[in-house]
Order: sequence, then structure tokens, then C-alpha cells
Amino acid sequence: MTRTAPAWTPVCPVAAIAPETGVAVLLEGGEQVAVFRSADDTLRAIGNIDPFSGAAVLARGIVGDLGGVAVVASPMHKQRFDLSTGVCVDDPAVAVPTYPVRVRGATIEVGRP
Amino acid sequence: MTRTVVVVGHGMVGHRLVQALRDRDPGGAWRVVVVAEESRPAYDRVALTSYVEDWDAARLQLDGARYPGDAAVELRLGDPAAALDRAARTVTTASGRVLAYDALVLATGSTPFVPPVPGRDLPGCHVYRTIADLDAIRASVAAARGGVGRGSAMVVGGGLLGLEAAKALRDLGVSPHVVELGPRLMPLQVDEGGGALLKRLVERLDVTVHTGTSVAGIAADRGRLLAALANGTELDLDLVVFSAGIRPRDQLARDCGIEVGPRGGVVVDAACRTSDPAVYAVGEVALHAGTVYGLVAPGYAMAEVVADRLLGGSAEFTGADLSTKLKLMGVDVASFGDAHAATEGALEVVVNDAVAGTYRKLVVSDDARTLLGGVLVGDAADYATLRPLVGRPLPAEPAALLAPAGGGTGVGVGALPDEAQVCSCNAVTKGDIRAAVGAGACDVPALKACTRAGTACGSCVPMLKQLLTVCGVEQSTALCEHFAHSRAELFEIVRVTGIGTFSELVARHGRGRGCDVCKPVVASILASLGGGHILAGEQAGLQDTNDRFLANMQRNGTYSVVPRIPGGEITPVKLMAIAQVAEDYGLYTKITGGQRIDLFGATVDQLPAIWKRLVDAGFESGHAYGKALRTVKSCVGDTWCRYGVQDSVGLAIELELRYRGLRSPHKLKSAVSGCARECAEARGKDFGVIATETGWNLYVGGNGGTLPRHADLLVSDVDKEELVRVIDRFLMFYIRTADRLQRTSVWLDSVEGGLDHVRDVVVHDGLGIAAELEAQMAAHVAGYADEWAGVLADPEKLARFTSFVNAPGAPDPTISFRAERGQSVPVALGIPEVVGR
Repeated sequence: MTRTAPAWTPVCPVAAIAPETGVAVLLEGGEQVAVFRSADDTLRAIGNIDPFSGAAVLARGIVGDLGGVAVVASPMHKQRFDLSTGVCVDDPAVAVPTYPVRVRGATIEVGRP
Repeated sequence: MTRTVVVVGHGMVGHRLVQALRDRDPGGAWRVVVVAEESRPAYDRVALTSYVEDWDAARLQLDGARYPGDAAVELRLGDPAAALDRAARTVTTASGRVLAYDALVLATGSTPFVPPVPGRDLPGCHVYRTIADLDAIRASVAAARGGVGRGSAMVVGGGLLGLEAAKALRDLGVSPHVVELGPRLMPLQVDEGGGALLKRLVERLDVTVHTGTSVAGIAADRGRLLAALANGTELDLDLVVFSAGIRPRDQLARDCGIEVGPRGGVVVDAACRTSDPAVYAVGEVALHAGTVYGLVAPGYAMAEVVADRLLGGSAEFTGADLSTKLKLMGVDVASFGDAHAATEGALEVVVNDAVAGTYRKLVVSDDARTLLGGVLVGDAADYATLRPLVGRPLPAEPAALLAPAGGGTGVGVGALPDEAQVCSCNAVTKGDIRAAVGAGACDVPALKACTRAGTACGSCVPMLKQLLTVCGVEQSTALCEHFAHSRAELFEIVRVTGIGTFSELVARHGRGRGCDVCKPVVASILASLGGGHILAGEQAGLQDTNDRFLANMQRNGTYSVVPRIPGGEITPVKLMAIAQVAEDYGLYTKITGGQRIDLFGATVDQLPAIWKRLVDAGFESGHAYGKALRTVKSCVGDTWCRYGVQDSVGLAIELELRYRGLRSPHKLKSAVSGCARECAEARGKDFGVIATETGWNLYVGGNGGTLPRHADLLVSDVDKEELVRVIDRFLMFYIRTADRLQRTSVWLDSVEGGLDHVRDVVVHDGLGIAAELEAQMAAHVAGYADEWAGVLADPEKLARFTSFVNAPGAPDPTISFRAERGQSVPVALGIPEVVGR
């Protein structure tokens, strides 16, 4: 069934994401992904939709660390999500999906979970 | 069976009695009826002088003084008791109502003593006791001055109340003379040396002091008053205020044969019971062991005793000391214990520093090992630690305790024994505080709530903080796990080091990568200190989403847009420009509370195009998204309004343009009203300006929201130049020292020294930083540039306003709208299924 969508979606050049910020990506079929670039150029991707509000805004959150764990804080009501696991730090019963992310040449690509 | 106690009088002590009884009597064994003379419920008479600042009687009202929701208490205002019938156990009120009682408590307080001076009843002669008295004094000042020149007044009595009255008169713009029969000011509390310094300090404040003399007579003289003093001095006056002591209001007791003292006062025993066992007396009407106490703390203690006795307890009132600490006209005065060294063999150790303007005296026992009392004038910071040590071994040499070096005795609160009183107003001991901390109170508000310590005069609040520390409760000011500093400390670090980026700051002074708490704080600090465009380089990633997209995020992820409309003044052409943009983009429009127009429903990628149109039409960012100046609201002012006395719109526009773009710890709101009717609601703002006939009054620290607070008067009747200078300093001082997300209202209440300290810094330049604060504001004004114009001119910044990096221009499929009352509103978002762990 998922054959219809490509396994990897090209996103943008690495340089198009300022370090310590994120961007929103639209996958074929309407799924939204938030891709973050850290200061050391680690790339991480999670679902863009904030599960608490339903708004597609996580890419616009502030990134940082919580005891060394990379997180993004939802700009809506500040819940923080672990960028590696998608789990909400403030309410571990809630999580957003995570996506594989890689660089091909100079271009970032996001995969299917 | 329920019994009835009638409380006669609803002053501070009467109210405390009702509170104390209700606290201890949850089962309602007693029904309480309060009969009160004044038409308003109990208010803070100790703070009466502050009424002059804003004429807001509601602010003085004591908490819970109407006993809302308590069916056991009946409060009858404006109907004083007229007679007691002890045999029938009834009290008859002025309106003729007869109330039966099982017990009765006289809490009638006192009346001002007016010496039998000829002319004392002339119009323009007042006493200083109630809110109504102050209203009368105010009317007298207004009538006398006729708006021309500076009035002059005489205060009869140079004690505590007399100096309070002098301060009130000075605040009313009148020059007071204080006439004191004794050889010095405050003869009861301070000694000769302290009195001399007090006189010097007070005279600096436009008060003329006449000691060792009395008033021979007052005569009406061509619409004014002429007072002759016994020493031959004549004073030409607009009004006279008598505050030469108090007399117990014991008439009710006298009339029905209850024992009173030879010089007045209802005689009570240790149970505060009068000669009639069904009648108690508390507060300033009571005479205990030959003493009438004119302070609120002993009155409170008596109220607690009576509450206990009514419920079958055996509490006793054993007397109280007359220790006091106050700030009179900005001068600290404190006396405690045996201040006059009356004890046999007592020794005095005095440090009289004429240069610093401080006088400090300790009274110790003949072997110099026990503290007996003391007097502090000019700097009374050590009162809180010294007073509880009275009667106890001294922790150090007396001279060392008075050493001015570094300020402070160095006697920590840790040195106090558990039974030492920390809060003398409410008789709370160090042991009580420790117990409360042990039971979980972990900050000052919690301690106030469960012990009442610090809720009356507040002078023990610094000690409460120390005690929390001593008890091991960490009062951390760390911003978050990445910085051990408070916001104010970080501000100083950035200001002094000139560090210009978050990454450098966290590398040198913090740890980790930062978070959504510290990043916006640092972004704000950098912006306050002139860090350039807030989206430049690394700064963009530090901003909260509203700042990052220069718009306000709404519940569906779209944004609202607010162009600046300074002072709320706008031309029809500009209104049409806004209307056209809203129409073209289908934006929901609403008038805001700050007199501008909010346009809702713009997606991230639409923002630049919308702003291009607005900027072309002459608009700029309104910073509705920022912790920054929002609006300066205004009424229409004297241009149109037939009541207006100044151009409030013109000033509002000027202020809004001056402070636009100023980043601060929290949002800043302001308003300017063109007359005292206050249509702009300036006193609900962080800084509000109200026109007077001759200038402007500046109020600060107002707030609406969850915790409404009326702003406090900072300076009055100043011209525009002075007004702007004081606002410049005030805002910059706030920006430097406030905590993260702390509005000016909370900041003012938490600053050590409160409004007085802030006034000292921003009006009198007490810290010597005024020039620096002004320069900082000047740099802000000179460096201002419209943030939206800055984005439109920079392709790199514009590129961030994209819905999807891989599909610019593609609409966000989660966003849709429906129509409501003819406009677009968001369709509620279905919360997607949550992925379980």
C-alpha cells in the first residue's frame, strides 16, 4: 500500500536550516514532518503536529537540551518532546512519530517511519 | 446553644478579634455581631497616610473585612453603639436597634486629643484619624490654595502621628510646620541624640520643626488662619491638623458604670475583661496595668486573648513593649526595649554619624552582657535582628554591633532563640516560623499565609527570607538548568562583558545547549541592550515563536497581525488600508483593548506579503508579539474633550514612539489620561500618566489580568521633560533588575524596599545610576528601526517565512476556516490519535 509514496523525500540543503532551529516538511499524502538541525549538525525528524493542540507547529518550537537530551518545546503550550524518541518529556504517555533522516550529497532527505 | 458576642467597633483590632474568633470556632459556638460607626469596614489605619497617594480607600481595606460567605458574622456599618444595658445584656445602637449579647467586646479605639487651644474649632482645623478626616483635609487644601502658590499648614504634635500628618500634607503640596511641646520630635520613642538627627533629616524635606513650644491660639485672618506659638512665633496658615495624641473612647463604659482609669481607658485584667465579667475591652480603649497601648500589635494580642477566653481558654495579655520601626518621610526610625536607659545601671553605647546621617544607640546591662534596648535613626535595617535579642546575652561587643562598616550588625537570624519574636505585629516567633517551614512552607508567601508573619507592617520579611535559608530551604534564583544566574544577574553579565551571542554566553557562563526558558530571556536581554534585529543570525533561533515570526500564534497555528496605531489615533485612509488588506486575505478583524486593530488567520507564508502592504501604507510593527512596549492608550484629551486639561493623545503618541520596540522582562502597557476622570485607565498600566492642571502625575506598577493592581503614584505634577526622564529611568531600572516574565506590578512588590526604593533610585538617583539608565534609553531610542521593514528588506530573513521548506507556497492541510458572524474563524482542530509509548 505504501508503495505509492517514495521511501525518501528530498527536503532542502543542510545550509537551509539554521543551526539550532527546525523547518516543516510536507510529505506526499499530506503528512507533516519537523526537521531539526543542531549546532553540531545532527539532524533529527519528528512529526510536526503538536498532539496537545492538533496544530502543525512543532518545527517552530525552540530547541535545546534537558539534562543533555535534545528536545523541542511546542510553541503552543510549551510541552517538550525528545527529538530522538518523539516522547513528550512532560507527559511520557504522549509521543509524536519519529522519522529517519539522512544527507545525500548536500541534500537532506526524510524517510518513512 | 449558640451564644452571641457583640463587638463594638470595627477598626483593625475589632476585625482581628472577629477573625481570631472565627478561626478558632469552626463549629459556630458564637454568633458575632459587629456594630461600627464608620460606613466602611475595617481598614488599615496604620497605612492611613498612603491614602494621600491615590485617594483609593479600597486599597486600605483589610482582607476579608466584610466576612463574605460567613453566616456567623453580621456586620452592621454606620450604626454605632449608643448605650449599654448591663443588667439586660443589651446594646442599643444610634438607630435605636437593640441587640442582646452574651458577651460584649469594646473595641471602640480612641479619638484624637485636641488640646484646649482658642480657635481650635475654626474652619480649617482638622484631626488625623480616619479616611473621612483625610478627605476633609484634602478639601481644605483645595479650597485654601485656590490653585495658586504653595499652601502652608501647622501640625500640632511631633510624635509618630504628627510626622505622619506632616508627610500627608507635604504630599498634598503644602509646606508643614510641626509644633511639638516636648524638647524633641517623637519624644516617646527616641532620645535626645536621635531626636536631633531626626529633626535635621525631616527639615531637609520642607518641614519646619518647632520644639519645646505650644500653640497659644489660632485666629481667623482674612480667609486664612493665624497661629500664635507660646515662644512668640506667628504662623500664617491655610489649615491646622491636630495630632497630639489619643484619648480612649470609653464613654459607653463610663455611662454604665464600668470601671475606667483616672485619665481614661477601660480597666481590664489579664483576660482583657472589664469590671463587668460579660464585657471585654481590647485595643486603644483598654487600660491594662496602667497603660493604654496606642500601637496595633498589643491590640492584636488582646484580640487573640479574648477570642481564646470566649472559647473557654486561659490566655493572658501580659503587656507589650513599645518597640516600633517606621519610615517617616523616608527617614527610618526604630526604638525597642528600654530605649531611654531607664533600667538601673544601664549603659548606653552610641554611634552618631553626622556625615552618614545615622544615629545608633544600644542600651545594655551594667555588665555590658545583656541587650536592654536601643534607638536607630537614619538606618534601621538592624532593628529586625536586634529587637528579638532584648533581654538576652549579646552575641558580640556592643560597639561591634553598631559598627557602620558594610551596614548591618552581622547578627544573623540564626543567632536568635526559638522563642524570639520575628513578627512583633502578629506575635510570631522564630520557632513558629521554623515549624511552618518544617510543615512544608517553602517561600515567603506561604509563610505569610500560615503564620501571618509579615502581613502587617512587613518589616520582618527580610528575616523570613533569611530564616528560609537557615532552615535549608533553597531559594534558588537560577534561571534553568543551563544558567545558575537570575535574569538580573545575566543582564549584568551581558551588559558588562558585552557578550553578543547566546552560544558565547552559555559557553562561558552556563552549561548545555539552552532551552525554551533561557533562550528567550537571553534574546530579550540582547535586544534590550541594542543587539540589532531580533532575527539576525543566531538570535532567530532563540526567540519564542511569536517573536520569531513577528506575529502572534493562534490556536490553529496561524498568526494574528497588529500594526502600530500610536495613541489609538488613525486617519480614515490608514483605516481603509487595513480594511483592504483584511479583505484581500480573508482575515478576521477585531478591535483590541489597546486601541488598535488585530487581523487574525494569516499563515506563516502570508505574513511577508501582508506586511509589505501594511508597511507601504505607512504602518510598522506593533510588537503585539513581543515582551516589549505594546500600546500607550489615550483618551481624547483637551483637544476635543470639554473636561480635558492636557493633550493626552499628543503625549501618548510621543511616549509610544519613544518606547516602541523596547524589549523588557515582560510586556509593557501604558496609557495617558487628559484629566482626573481617567478615561484611559492609566492606573491599570505598567506606567500610566494622568494630567493635572499644571503638569502630569506618573503612576507605575499597575496591572489588569489575573492579579489586578492599581498603579502607585511615583511623581506628581511634573512637566513633560521631567516625566519622560523619570519614565526612561523607571523602565530601564525594571529591565535591568526584574525576573523573567515578571510584570512591573510583581517586580515593584518584590523589590527590596518596594516603591520607596524604586523612587529613591529613579527620582532621587539614590544609586547614582540615573545617568547610565538615561543613556541606555537614549541609545534605544536612537537605534530603533521597524522590525518588519527589516525583514522585508532582507531575503535571508524573508526565506524563513515558509510553510514547507520542500514545498513553499503549499497550504498547510491542517488549517481551514468557517464563517461566524460574517468573518473567518478557525475550524477546531481534531486532535490526532496519540501514538502510545
